Amino acid sequence: METPLTQNIGPGKAPPNLAQYQANGGYEGLRNALNVSPEAAMDVVKESNLSGRGGAGFPTGLKWSFVPSGENSPTPKYLVANGDEMEPGTFKDRLLVEGDPHQLIEGMIISAYAIGASVGFIFLRCEYVLAAERCEKAIAECLENNLLGKDILGSGFDFELYVHGSAGRYICGEETALINSLEGRRANPRAKPPFPQVSGLWGKPTVVNNVETLCNVPHILRNGAEWYQNLGIGADSGTKLYGASGRVKTPGTWELPLGVPVRDLIEKHGGGMQDGYKMKGFLPGGGSTDFLTGEHLDLPMNYESIGKAGSRMGTGQLIIMDDQVCPVGMVLNLIQFFAQESCGWCTPCRDGLPQIQHLLEKLERGEGSWEELETLAEFPRFLGPGNTFCALAPGAVEPLQSALKYFKDDFDNHIKQKCCPYG
Amino acid sequence: MTQVISSDRVGPGGILSPQEIEEINADLSHYEDNQAVCIDALKIVQKHRGWVSDECVEAIADYLKISAAAVEGVATFYNLIYREPVGKKVIRVCDSVSCWVMGYETVRDRLKSELGIEYGETTADGEFTLLPGPCMGACDHAPVVMVDNDLHEDVDESKVKAIVEHYKP
Ligand SMILES: Cc1cc2nc3c(=O)[nH]c(=O)nc-3n(C[C@H](O)[C@H](O)[C@H](O)COP(=O)(O)O)c2cc1C
Ligand code: SF4
Repeated sequence: METPLTQNIGPGKAPPNLAQYQANGGYEGLRNALNVSPEAAMDVVKESNLSGRGGAGFPTGLKWSFVPSGENSPTPKYLVANGDEMEPGTFKDRLLVEGDPHQLIEGMIISAYAIGASVGFIFLRCEYVLAAERCEKAIAECLENNLLGKDILGSGFDFELYVHGSAGRYICGEETALINSLEGRRANPRAKPPFPQVSGLWGKPTVVNNVETLCNVPHILRNGAEWYQNLGIGADSGTKLYGASGRVKTPGTWELPLGVPVRDLIEKHGGGMQDGYKMKGFLPGGGSTDFLTGEHLDLPMNYESIGKAGSRMGTGQLIIMDDQVCPVGMVLNLIQFFAQESCGWCTPCRDGLPQIQHLLEKLERGEGSWEELETLAEFPRFLGPGNTFCALAPGAVEPLQSALKYFKDDFDNHIKQKCCPYG
Repeated sequence: MTQVISSDRVGPGGILSPQEIEEINADLSHYEDNQAVCIDALKIVQKHRGWVSDECVEAIADYLKISAAAVEGVATFYNLIYREPVGKKVIRVCDSVSCWVMGYETVRDRLKSELGIEYGETTADGEFTLLPGPCMGACDHAPVVMVDNDLHEDVDESKVKAIVEHYKP
C-alpha cells in the first residue's frame, strides 16, 4: 500500500531538510510541472480527481479553473494554504506541516504555477508554532536554492511565500473569513458570489485550499493522474489522512486509500474500543458532522456514502462516543464551542446557539421539560443551510439533529429521571 | 506593567519599542496595506509585553495610520489577543469534544486546586493565568493542556502537579 503523503513522516522522525526531501523524489513534481504549460499542469490535477480535503470534497482542478487567466486578467493572484485546523477532533494538517513542510511548499509552488499566483500565504492556527518555525526554515532553504522567489529553476515563474499565524478563532478556517483575517480585519465571512477565485484577498483572484489537498499535488505531478486515481478504492482517487480520537485503544492519524470501510478505522487502525467501553456512535469528520452509529460501520469512508447516510465525511477524523459518556453532554460540549466561536454576524447563529446551549444545560441538570425538548428539536431547521451567512451554524447543529435521531431515549431519560442518567 | 517612555521613542508609534517597530516593519514588507499588519502588530506587542494595553492599541493605530477603533475591533475579535494583564505563563486547558470524552474535567479541577485559581484568574504571585481553550489539534493524545506554546499530551490528574512545578520560577 502506497502512502505518499506520509512517506517522510514517522513518529519521532525529524522533518526532512531540502537535500533529504529531494533525495526521496522531492521537487520532481515541480520540475515536471514547470516543463509544461500552467494549463497542462492544471489538467493533470483535474484528471487525477483530487477533491478538497478541507471538508467539502470539492474537486480541486475545477475550483482552480474558475480563476481568471490570460494577459488581461487581474494580478497579483494569491494562493492560500488553509492550516487553521480548529474543527474539534481534527489533527491531520498539523502532522503534515510539522512532519514534511517541503511537501506543502512544493504543492503550493505547483498549484500557484497552475493558477498563475505570484504570492502565497500559509495560514496556520496560532498554536502551531513548531509548524510555523519549520515552514520558515524550509522556505529559507527554497529561497537559497531558487525554488522560491524570482525565475524559479529558470522557468520564468516567480512566487513568494509567507507564513501567517492566526490569532485564534474557529471562523478563520472559513475561506472568506480567512481572507478578511489575512487582510488584518475581523474574521467575518464575506458574501459569495463573488467567489474568492474571482475576487478574494485585496479584491484579487485567490484560491484557498486545505493543507492536505495541497500536499497531494506534488505526487500527482510526479507520478501522473492515473497513478493517483488508482490509489483510492473504487471510484475514489488518492489516499486520505483518516484518524480517530476517543476511547479506542490506539487513537491516531493514518494515511489509507480513500474509501476504506469505517470499521477498519475503528477496529483495525484504532485497535478497537478500550476494555470496558462499547462504541455508541461516532462523528465521522469532526465536530460539525452528524452522528452515525454501529449500523454504518461497513460503509466506505468517502464523501458520497457518508453523505448518503445523512452525515458528512468532513475532515475524515472520527470522534468516537463510547457508552459511558452522556450524548446530551457531548452535544452540549460541541454547541458551547460553536456558540463561543460564532462570529456574531447573523442572528440565527449569534442568538440561536446560546439558546440551544441554555436548553441543553437545563436538560443535562435534570431541569428540562418536554416542551423545551420540542423547541430544541426545531432549532436545527432554523439554523440550517440557507438561513445563515456561512456554514458554521448549519454544521454546529448537525450533532444535535442526529443525536435526537439516534439517541432520543437519552434525551427523554433526562426529563423522566430529572437528572443525567450518566451521573 | 511598567512602560518606559523615553524621549527617543516618541515619534510615530509612540510607546512602541524599537524592537517592536522593527518586527512590525518586517511584516509590512509583504502585505498589500497597513491594515493587514494589524493582527501581527498586536501579536508582536503581546509577545514583548504579555498583553495589549489601551496605550498600545493607540500606538499601533498611530504607527499603522489606521483608526484606534479598527485596531480595537480586531483586538477584541481574536481569542488569543489579551486585552487584560495575564500571568507570566498562560495555561490553557483544552475543553473541546475529544478531551471531554476522555474526561478532561479532572485535569481542569486539579489545575484549579493546584494553582488556587478559577478560569480567567491569575495567581497572586503573577506567575500563572488559567484559561479554557478550544481544540488544540492533538486529539489522539487527549486530554491536552498548553502552557504558553508547549503542548502537554495525555495529561491526567496525576501529572498536573509536575507540570505546574516545571514552570515555577
Ligand atoms: C466554520 C468553518 C470552518 C472551516 N475551517 C476550516 C479549516 O480549519 N481548514 C480548512 O482547510 N477548511 C476549513 N473550512 C472550509 C473552507 O471554507 C474551505 O472550504 C477549504 O479550505 C477549501 O479547501 P479545499 O478545497 O482544499 O477542501 C471551514 C469552513 C467553515 C464553514
Ligand atoms: S453563521 Fe455564524 S459564524 Fe457564520 S456568519 Fe453567521 S454568525 Fe458568523
